[in-house]
Amino acid sequence: MSLEAAFADEPAFVPYLAAGDPTYGASLEYVEALARGGADVIELGLPFSEPIAEGKTIQDAIVRSLEAGMTPARFFEFVEDLDVDVPVVCMTYYNLIYQYGAEEGPGPFVERAAEVGIEGFVVPDLPAEEAGPLREACDEFGLDLVFIVAPTTRGERLETMMDQVSGYVYVQARLGVTGARDDVDDATEESLARLADWDVPKAVGFGIKTGEHAERIVSAGADGVIVGSALVDIVAEGHESGAPVDDVADELEAKARDLKEGALRGAQERPQPERT
Amino acid sequence: MSTDDAHDPKFGEYGGQYVPEALMPAIEELADAYRRYVLENEDGFMDEFRERLADFGGRPTPLQYADQLSERYDTDVYLKREDLLHGGAHKLNNALGQVLLAKYMGKERIIAETGAGQHGTATAMAAAHLDMPCEIYMGETDIARQRPNVFRMRINGAEVNPVTVGRGTLKEAISETMRDWATTVETTHYVIGSVVGPHPFPKMVRDFQSVISEEAREQCIEKTGDLPDAVLACAGGGSNTMGTFAEFVDDSEVDLYAVEAGGSSLQVDEEKGVAPNSASLSTGGEGVLHGARTKLLQDRDGQIMESHSISAGLDYAGVGPELAHLVDEGRVTPVNVDDDAALEAFHRLSQDEGVIPALETAHAFGFLEGHHDEVGDTVVVNVSGRGDKDLETVIEETSKRDLDIAPDLSLFEQIGGGGR
Repeated sequence: MSLEAAFADEPAFVPYLAAGDPTYGASLEYVEALARGGADVIELGLPFSEPIAEGKTIQDAIVRSLEAGMTPARFFEFVEDLDVDVPVVCMTYYNLIYQYGAEEGPGPFVERAAEVGIEGFVVPDLPAEEAGPLREACDEFGLDLVFIVAPTTRGERLETMMDQVSGYVYVQARLGVTGARDDVDDATEESLARLADWDVPKAVGFGIKTGEHAERIVSAGADGVIVGSALVDIVAEGHESGAPVDDVADELEAKARDLKEGALRGAQERPQPERT
Repeated sequence: MSTDDAHDPKFGEYGGQYVPEALMPAIEELADAYRRYVLENEDGFMDEFRERLADFGGRPTPLQYADQLSERYDTDVYLKREDLLHGGAHKLNNALGQVLLAKYMGKERIIAETGAGQHGTATAMAAAHLDMPCEIYMGETDIARQRPNVFRMRINGAEVNPVTVGRGTLKEAISETMRDWATTVETTHYVIGSVVGPHPFPKMVRDFQSVISEEAREQCIEKTGDLPDAVLACAGGGSNTMGTFAEFVDDSEVDLYAVEAGGSSLQVDEEKGVAPNSASLSTGGEGVLHGARTKLLQDRDGQIMESHSISAGLDYAGVGPELAHLVDEGRVTPVNVDDDAALEAFHRLSQDEGVIPALETAHAFGFLEGHHDEVGDTVVVNVSGRGDKDLETVIEETSKRDLDIAPDLSLFEQIGGGGR
């Protein structure tokens, strides 16, 4: 299924986990649990040692994953080993994409990603101005390139991004780095309004923690919700308390269901278009 | 002042703007401010900067003939005394420039990162001088080895935020400061401490620091009637290096040596992902870190390696993109000096010339000791900072080694704690 198709019929729930956190095997179970809980797209993190766009929760997940031996090569094996029937997006930093393979540039990484069935990329440290080579490689191998629109993004930069984005657009709900919050920022609605005429689905992320948050975001007009830190917290707590992998997986599945149901409720609350 | 295109974010293949989207409007705003205030002197910005550098900073700094070293090496050695700048290091040139620029831009808060603490100290001083609130991020490892500078920041009214992730050095502090900036970008200016980071930082920091080479070039001609044969500067991130080289880059007859930290070895420990050096120009590969494409210490997958140097100020896995470009072009020669040679040079300069250099600076003198036959008849070495901040490290590291040149430290053991 393509990324856009995943948003077609109902609001999409897009969970994030760092691949290999806290171990390769447990992480496979956790990602599959999210799919059972209703994930429509999975953002799978390939950990980079300097994750400048991430808050503490995901930084810690990245450290656990790297310490457990995650590498780009292992990441691709991980995706091959995953038993899910929803599209997978690779979320990572540009240096890992650039360094992969013998040949310089993003081509070899994108080619390998296509081979294992990855549908697209989110690269937080790659603004549209620097994305040309990756965009070309994605076009060559038929993958999508998702861009993050921040509350501060305006004017010509929005136009540049609109020209390059595909799959969906990641709407950053508030300034700052990733991390679960207890409220939903008003900047979200303003950002969604600025993107109203973009013809790709709009998925909102950064700070979404509960089904109620998801409901509010979707009722405000989002086509999907992206949730990372609130899920990584469950993985971290399970790891720290030594909980069985199955129990943590069950908790992730229940959390996914709560978030997906919140998104569905949000869709019902949207103002219905007037019929003429 | 450089004449390269202020709008071009690249130096050949290096440089660029690899940052989270939330920061892009801020660095565009900064690029515009850099062009207007720094390059075009709008509202008399550069006049005020130069005036404050003179009155508050103590510029110009002298170019001193080093009698003993010149005799020892049979080469005329001149010391550009940035250690005599207010705060004790070249860092004030950039910190004062950026804090003043933030004020012109209407920003309300200053943040910065620091490794050795010299940039944090300079930023705290500049912020106090210009009445701006200031927070400094510093790795906990560096806090432990640079306590005097931590106190100086606090005394100047800055908050110091310890960074505990990773190894707790400059690399982690930069990442943490970028996270703060991504949250507060509308009101806050991030004073990057070197010629690193996204455009326009590498050009802007170079321009603020180029006062070093502007003075050194004039002073050298005044004293010797000619340009030097070589200019030496230590290279960590590269702000002192680019500041010392900038006005000499077009003088093709002047050799430029960037002296990196060879640490304990140039070999990489692939297993642990550790480079026991900070020699990214000499041994690094091309990659993207902290907003720019440059030369980096990284493993085969592109993960950034932990670096090492006896000097906290050089202990960084990357280097400025313009330096990377100048090295590729063959204009700058990257060389390196290990911890032992730097420590020896520290003691030599202190004893021979009465100048106690920062451990960063000592690397440049370590190179001169081993290569004075190759650098020509006249050489300028930038004394990037004074060594007071490093004394605890020097005592500890000297006591681990059998250095003929080092003073007898048994005095400390004899008096122990009884003298208090």
